[in-house]
Amino acid sequence: MTQTSKIGLRAWLDAEVPNSRLHATAIQFYAGWLKLLANPLAFIGFLVIVLLVVCAAFAPLLAPHDPLTQDLGARLLPPGSDGYLLGSDELGRDIYSRIIYGSRITLLIVVLVAVTAPVFGLVVGTFAGYMGGWIDEVLMRITDIFLAFPKLVLALAFVAALGAGIENAILAIAITAWPPYARIARAETLTMRNSDFIAAVQLQGAGTAHILVRHVWPLCLSSIIVRMTLDMAGIILTAAGLGFLGLGAQPPLPEWGAMISAGRKFILDQWWVATMPGLAIFIVSLGFNLLGDGLRDILDPKKSKS
Amino acid sequence: MNDQDTLLSVEDLWVRFPSRRGVVEAVRGISFSVGRERIGIVGESGSGKSMTGRSILRLIRPPGDMSAKEIRFKGDNLLDYSEKQMRSIRGHRISMVMQDPKFSLNPVMTVGAQIEEAYRLHSKASKKEAYRKTIEMLEAVQIRDAERVYKAYPHEVSGGMGQRIMIAMMLIPDPDLLIADEPTSALDVTVQMHVLAILDKLVQERGMGLIFISHDLNLVSSFCDRVLIMYGGRIVETCKADELHNAQHPYTRGLLAALPQVDKPVETLAVLERDEAWRAQESVSAYE
Amino acid sequence: MRRGVRRKVCLPMSKSSSIKPPAALEVAALNVYFGQGSERFQAVKDVSFKLEKGDSFGLVGESGSGKSTVLRAISGLIADWDGRISTDGVVVPRHRNKAFYRRMQMVFQDPYASLHPRHTIDGILSEPLKLHGIKDRDAKVLKALDDVGLGKSFRFRYPHQLSGGQRQRVAVARALMLEPEILLLDEPTSALDVSVQAEILNLLNDLRRERNLTFLMVTHDLAVVAHMCQKIAVMNRGEIVEVLSVEQMRKETPKEAYTKELLTASRGYDPDFFSVA
Repeated sequence: MTQTSKIGLRAWLDAEVPNSRLHATAIQFYAGWLKLLANPLAFIGFLVIVLLVVCAAFAPLLAPHDPLTQDLGARLLPPGSDGYLLGSDELGRDIYSRIIYGSRITLLIVVLVAVTAPVFGLVVGTFAGYMGGWIDEVLMRITDIFLAFPKLVLALAFVAALGAGIENAILAIAITAWPPYARIARAETLTMRNSDFIAAVQLQGAGTAHILVRHVWPLCLSSIIVRMTLDMAGIILTAAGLGFLGLGAQPPLPEWGAMISAGRKFILDQWWVATMPGLAIFIVSLGFNLLGDGLRDILDPKKSKS
Repeated sequence: MNDQDTLLSVEDLWVRFPSRRGVVEAVRGISFSVGRERIGIVGESGSGKSMTGRSILRLIRPPGDMSAKEIRFKGDNLLDYSEKQMRSIRGHRISMVMQDPKFSLNPVMTVGAQIEEAYRLHSKASKKEAYRKTIEMLEAVQIRDAERVYKAYPHEVSGGMGQRIMIAMMLIPDPDLLIADEPTSALDVTVQMHVLAILDKLVQERGMGLIFISHDLNLVSSFCDRVLIMYGGRIVETCKADELHNAQHPYTRGLLAALPQVDKPVETLAVLERDEAWRAQESVSAYE
Repeated sequence: MRRGVRRKVCLPMSKSSSIKPPAALEVAALNVYFGQGSERFQAVKDVSFKLEKGDSFGLVGESGSGKSTVLRAISGLIADWDGRISTDGVVVPRHRNKAFYRRMQMVFQDPYASLHPRHTIDGILSEPLKLHGIKDRDAKVLKALDDVGLGKSFRFRYPHQLSGGQRQRVAVARALMLEPEILLLDEPTSALDVSVQAEILNLLNDLRRERNLTFLMVTHDLAVVAHMCQKIAVMNRGEIVEVLSVEQMRKETPKEAYTKELLTASRGYDPDFFSVA
């Protein structure tokens, strides 16, 4: 029974001729999925991201200890100690549990930055590119000003002005992250501004907003998504950097950067305290990078012709 | 035509491309010969005509794959040549002109420097000699202000001029055979006439062989000596160019009928009905 | 052909009758400019012509002659122009409104570039209906596909799954969604193979006959224009150098040397071309 329904689904997704809007979309996604499967590195990246989401969602089930409960009797236990898989830190907290809970903070940062910076950059960039003239000049000069500062320094300045804390750190990262998206979106818009398909929709009487949202955005989206996944590693690192400097998540929150910072004092004798969250940052960053590289191939509309 | 006049003979040429849905055969076992003449290869997109031109110079990029019994050029089998030997053939003994000059010229080198380079790559001429020859060649392709064009960059010249420059560059090493892949399709008709007149003159004066690849039946039948008609990777018919209007194969007849003509007005153009059987037919040999 | 003859007979009659319907499209003293400031140059100079309803008029010339620019200025894609453009006797506003677009649509040269790569055929065809708030979209899309000879199986495909000819059929269908009276055709077959060109030209002719459409067609191919149009304007360097009927062109009585050159060249290679021209 399940066998037949599976075959039926596969046939439905493999169909040459879609017979509804939903069907057409499903086929597109299925084709993308097949390409993802065919690219092992990208698929590994995808699995890492899935793992991150699972960790964040099921943290209470996966973590053996409470991430905040201190146990001074069990300070600085090495990895593999009974009940402490990755060891414990200077306050006797289980590092494994803290990393699992820390994934929630990392995911929060990633998601919040992902829904703000690229969207803002997309709006600014496509509008500037499509309108051209003085609007383009003004918007792009503002973008240049933001681009001229080193990211971390700008983020530091914002956090210093707004006060330390995870929300302000996210805001600061978002503010520093949007200009590259605006640049990409503008460049993409310029290549299609004079194309025939835009002219065709203009001749149907469509307004600027309609053209941008329905025609320009879908074509900018793939390069934005690729750039975003590749940027995520940098964003996680910036967040960790702010945490490390004590400007991001505040103790006792189990943020990975702050954990490294705390473990710095014991780096020679109790290496695991700083290394374990470092490894977590490394793996998640790598995951995003691998997925980003793969998505570049999958989402490239020029390649999807073949 | 006797053997001495045969410049190039190709026997049983295949070009294949692997794809997700199996192997695509772009060229399927064609054989033809070229003498000191203008030979036209006509076909629609996907007929394999461009691939035929490229495979003579062994320019099929992986994953594409070409094979043939032989590609004999002036007695030597090009299939036996090493990649290094092929490089000495390309642009020297056999040249190729592509459709769009914009993609074939280096944008950061002056026109003159590029033509000179093409010349000096294959002959050990001095700089002065190369300059003299370059100017001479630019004049030969009807460029009036040769000294100025010599110093110009590719973006500073028009499309028609660019195509003439390409031809000058391809002809300066004095090749025995020129492969021209849609050399005039991007040009206006009057410029196109200019370029064709130049090619015509060079074939007659230098005894060069010319393979003229085009989709334009009118042009090929009026310009070439002999025509090969390709469909689905095969040669379906071959005939003398001036007898093209008497072509026998239903595909050729269909193409001719589908072509609107200034002098023969029709109410409705004939629509070509493709027959699956054409694909299955053996390729016609175009040896002469 | 017969249609062209009949129109010729009709013309003096309509002149003698007291009320003559206004021209479907009239362009008077049109100038179009490109660029700004010191780099502003005039691409089209003082172009005037008139199309009666049901006419098929051809603009012929080589690249850079300004023929496509005229179309783009009429359609409103180029803003920097002066002169007078009117449809059915009504001067079109500088900022084209939706009513204008319902009266006039355009088919572009390259069917690979004129369809949005991420929209399904259904999306492409229903978009003009949505923009103009037209109801009953499903039925209209299916009818449009049928009218241009594509079955309903094409409805949810993407452009990259279609051949060049099929795409151009979609582009024609899109232009007809708003049921315009005038169709601007910008080299609609120059990117297509000969056999596909014949199909598209036949389709356009059939549609014109059925719906009494008015065509303004731009092309560099004299054979195509001779097949499609009754009257032809030859453009060179932004100006109309000659207006002639297809019969005149066939009888080789063009006055201008430039027109003769184009005509000779369109017949194929001629070794004596330069001695003639």
